[in-house]
Amino acid sequence: MSLLKIAGKTFNSRLFTGTGKFSSSELMEKALLASGSELVTVALKRVDVSNNEDDVLHHLAHPQFNLLPNTSGVRNAKEAIFAAQLAREALETNWLKLEIHPDPKYLFPDPIETLIAAEELVKLGFIVLPYIHADPVLCKRLEEVGTAAVMPLGAPIGSNKGLRTRDLLEIIIEQSKVPVVVDAGIGAPSHAAEAMEIGADAILVNTAIAVSENPVQMAMAFKLAVEAGRMAYEARLAKPKNFAEASSPLTSFLEE
Amino acid sequence: MNSFIEIFNSLNREETKQSIYSKTALDVESALAKTKRGLEDFKALISPAASPYLEQMAQLSHRLTQKRFGKTIQMYAPLYLSNECQNICTYCAFSLDNKIKRKTLNPEEILREVAVLKQMNYDHVLLVTGEANQTVGVSYLKEAIHLIKPFFSHIAIEVQPLDQDEYEYLQEEGLNTVLVYQETYNQENYKLHHPKGKKSNFTYRLETPDRLGKAGIHKIGLGVLIGLEDWRTDCFYTALHLDYLEKNYWKTKYSISFPRLRPIEIGNNEVSSLKTFNAFMSDKELVQLICAYRILNEEVELSLSTRENEKFRNGVVRLGITSMSAGSKTNPGGYAVEPQSLEQFEISDERSPEEIAGMIKQQGYEAVWKDWDRVYS
Repeated sequence: MSLLKIAGKTFNSRLFTGTGKFSSSELMEKALLASGSELVTVALKRVDVSNNEDDVLHHLAHPQFNLLPNTSGVRNAKEAIFAAQLAREALETNWLKLEIHPDPKYLFPDPIETLIAAEELVKLGFIVLPYIHADPVLCKRLEEVGTAAVMPLGAPIGSNKGLRTRDLLEIIIEQSKVPVVVDAGIGAPSHAAEAMEIGADAILVNTAIAVSENPVQMAMAFKLAVEAGRMAYEARLAKPKNFAEASSPLTSFLEE
Repeated sequence: MNSFIEIFNSLNREETKQSIYSKTALDVESALAKTKRGLEDFKALISPAASPYLEQMAQLSHRLTQKRFGKTIQMYAPLYLSNECQNICTYCAFSLDNKIKRKTLNPEEILREVAVLKQMNYDHVLLVTGEANQTVGVSYLKEAIHLIKPFFSHIAIEVQPLDQDEYEYLQEEGLNTVLVYQETYNQENYKLHHPKGKKSNFTYRLETPDRLGKAGIHKIGLGVLIGLEDWRTDCFYTALHLDYLEKNYWKTKYSISFPRLRPIEIGNNEVSSLKTFNAFMSDKELVQLICAYRILNEEVELSLSTRENEKFRNGVVRLGITSMSAGSKTNPGGYAVEPQSLEQFEISDERSPEEIAGMIKQQGYEAVWKDWDRVYS
């Protein structure tokens, strides 16, 4: 299988993970280790960056975990830029999952503010991975301002509904020059495999692992599903056929 | 549309009540079978007809809550700043006609209280006062917020309703959340429960969430005082209010609380008596209500205070509640300055925050102390 590269950094795992909603930090650590994930996103609002022994950060202190701070909680570009700078200073990384959701109910990203913030953050030297709607034009606009990847949603965050935006994701994947990471809505390993099969470069999962009865086992299931999906994509899936092969071809007259 | 009052006035309370009480088992089953539920479904879920479906409702509420909030409970502590009050509220220990010693914390005293809360691990705080605009007005609140801001990531208030510009002013200082309970949506009887003071203005209170929404306050807490009037009707109006607010102020977060009236101490230090209330709601009914709110609205935060007892609080951790207080003192100075003074209401769960966090952990959940950051204010 080919390796994933984002902003010059190589990843063995194409499964990115979230750190919220777990029943304890210990369990989060075990599950994330089992997932093989090398990029874990952590909400700035959930950690106490002034505390060297912050519980969440403490359990993420493994060499294979690269931290991807996220701006969850901010509602506009201005707040996002401020939070990003704080995250960069406190967590010593210029990687950033940019998420701006002024709507606290469905946590949908604000496309306008996201584009404004992304452009500014790229100028400030951040490696920006924006969480956005599955909007092909927006993805191209973000690519143009220099984001390192795009992270379109599969379904509303936390909904576990799978790839409800599949048709749009396929167009985004077809057009994108930067890696496409399907974020949000992936509720089962089969969804993860599906995203990989259609050519997503990676996926991000949180709720489906954290809220399952056995997060460690579920993390392993996602790891396998992502690997299976990617292998299938690279091996070129046989296309499903809607019609039987015609016994008398329509173009055979050309050969006559 | 300018405020909720128009929707409120378009409904007749008695008809609404009848419509709730006439819901049938079929209505309940239909509500449970849907994936998106509306206010008519909510009526069915809080109706007496839903009582045989309690376990089914609890299972659903449990799943929906975990999906959105994960296996976590957020922790907050109330910090009572003052018990001075110009209102008469028939159910409250701080009522103007209750001859108790009045106390408003000064800055030095506030910091002493804060020190105790920080020792308890708290990072989200709720400032509480009575309504005394001369001594505990907007400028006092502004100073208090300014003073405590360095110590907390999230600051909420539960004080008298204010004007829109006053909320904006406090928000600039670092205010995140405002709780304002309507107490009851029964306009006719509201005056009986609140005979004197600014609080007796039903409409001004009813329009407070609109002013909060217009001011852009991040989170609004709603609720009624359960025990004053028919809880089913009052809670339906709360759900109606929430529905209206979500549509009109879509950038705001919402939470609902369930203050159930408990006995309060009346009188002075020599002669004191316990006052109890008639319209009590049973534990079973409160569970039904918590689940009904969750099944109606998967995103709303549901909060439970230490008014409820140990057994009940242990039981609802997995049912739909998303935030809890613990180790609370409901008297100004209760943590350090004047621990013995009269409390606003009696605490039923006296366990320390550490013990509550342990209880939450035992149930396979995590107590979350920090879920906001000052930089977002």
